[in-house]
Amino acid sequence: MENHENIIEVRNLVKKFGSFIANDNLTFNVKRGEIFGFLGANGAGKTTAIKILSGLSFPTSGEVKVAGFDVYKEREKVKKNIGYMSQKFSLYEDLTVRENIRFYGGIYGLSNKYIKEKTESLLERLKMNDIQNSLISSLPLGWKQKIAFSVAIFHNPKIVFLDEPTGGVDPVTRRDFWEMIYETSDSGITVFVTTHYMDEAEYCDRVSIMDQGRIEGLDTPEELKKQFEAKNMDEVFIKIARKQ
Amino acid sequence: MRKIKFILQKEFIQVFRNKTMLPMIFGVPIIQLVVLVHAATLEMKSIDMYVVDKDLSSLSHKLINKFEGSPFYNISGVSFSIDEANETIEKNRADFVMHIPYGFERDLIRENVTQVQLLIDGINGTAASLINAYSISVISDFNRNIIVDLTKMPDIKDLNPIAVETSYWYNPELNYKTYMLPGILVILVTIISMFLAAMNIVREKEIGTIEQLNVTPIKKFEFIIGKLVPFLIIALFELAFGLVIGKVFFHIPIVGSLWLLFGFTTVYLLTVLGIGLFISTISSTQQQVMFISFFFMLVFILMSGIFTPTESMPVWAQKVNIINPFYYFMRVIRMILLKGSEFRDISHEFFSLLIYATIMLSLSVWRYRKVA
Repeated sequence: MENHENIIEVRNLVKKFGSFIANDNLTFNVKRGEIFGFLGANGAGKTTAIKILSGLSFPTSGEVKVAGFDVYKEREKVKKNIGYMSQKFSLYEDLTVRENIRFYGGIYGLSNKYIKEKTESLLERLKMNDIQNSLISSLPLGWKQKIAFSVAIFHNPKIVFLDEPTGGVDPVTRRDFWEMIYETSDSGITVFVTTHYMDEAEYCDRVSIMDQGRIEGLDTPEELKKQFEAKNMDEVFIKIARKQ
Repeated sequence: MRKIKFILQKEFIQVFRNKTMLPMIFGVPIIQLVVLVHAATLEMKSIDMYVVDKDLSSLSHKLINKFEGSPFYNISGVSFSIDEANETIEKNRADFVMHIPYGFERDLIRENVTQVQLLIDGINGTAASLINAYSISVISDFNRNIIVDLTKMPDIKDLNPIAVETSYWYNPELNYKTYMLPGILVILVTIISMFLAAMNIVREKEIGTIEQLNVTPIKKFEFIIGKLVPFLIIALFELAFGLVIGKVFFHIPIVGSLWLLFGFTTVYLLTVLGIGLFISTISSTQQQVMFISFFFMLVFILMSGIFTPTESMPVWAQKVNIINPFYYFMRVIRMILLKGSEFRDISHEFFSLLIYATIMLSLSVWRYRKVA
């Protein structure tokens, strides 16, 4: 039976690379429309999990459904319904802002008219009308990240996966970025975000904390703080990482 | 299909925005054709010869004059000492030595037989055998003339009852350029297409943009076609450009149909692009692509018959050439340009490559994984 409240359902997900277990028996759900924080130390297995959820990698075992589709059998359907912003930089440096948007819009099969109208409103919203014909390589990192995020949700996916979207970005731009995440969430897109910054964890509706391939805590930030008797998410995180 | 249009558009923008690409596309063919066609010649023009004449007879003088009169030879020195002569070869001042022994004229008159020795620098085997062949023909020509002189027989023609008259078809003057230019064009077109296509995909892997593409619902064949067509078009343009250079600067004959040539080239390019794409799917860095394609290019080019006829290669090498795309194109471009061959003459090569292209392209579509 499909649960319509959950847009992502993961049961006993295991991913092994040789003898190394990157994801050890993960089980969790992500609810439609929420901002789901996916936290963990470096090498905890976040990126591995996000790649499986977005159809870039096969799970070793377990059951994974994204937007109602099985990631084993219906990967292309999964891909139609998700947006993805990778840790690596994903725009073409030698194309302009507008050309990048147009290209990604095009390969998602959007109509010319839609691409044109949406590009205009997007440039308006990002206040990037002046630089629409500048090459991506000439822009500061924070701006690139905002454009990359906008491109990832350009085709109106049901879910967007953000893999450390605010890495290396200044606090002001990070704040702007979270504004964009809220707007996205308000428009009905589920946001699945990984991060290192614990203050950002507080902005999420629910948070899961991974350590050594396992999920050690999963709840709202409030509940997690109660559960671990911590003042803030920072403490929660440290308690989990030190527990072992 | 619409998605392919977007990929094509993006690739072309990137190619023409890249500052090294345009010089590559226009500069490389000009330099390669103009320089290589002139430089890679097998004709021997100035052979340095050193003469050791121990006989000092009128006959030995006649023989030396015969060489002196030829445009191919350049007498760099004369002496009596064979040691001195050997030294000039060692010091690279002469390509070969002609040694006329004492008693050269006497033996010929008394015994009807005499001897001349040629000592040839064999470092470059090709050059040595050419010098040998040229010199033997000069000496045998001299030989015929002295028979006439000695016997004073007017009907001497009977001594040479079979007159060999050679005429070289399709390249009557044996113009080396006519032969080399199409060969170099093959290499040029191949390198441009195969390298650029392979490097292009791997560059996207290195930068990380391929991950962003792999997460979209784009189909594998759409991706491969989008990556293939731009380089196919560029390579066909290179061929046209190279042919214009050949026609204008080297006056190479274009006897056959250009439609046929471009049609065949398209099938050929699909094969090499297939190989290039396949290499890019198994490599993760541009360095790997360079090494793998360099290896294949070198082997394929040397075995293709650009310099040496494939028919004289050992049987196993000829078997290996079945998977050498250069081999097919090298034959066919010369056949069409110089001989005016028609489709039925090249149909074997055409269908072989068509099968080859299908295999390589299927392999690369199959091997291309939409994963990260």
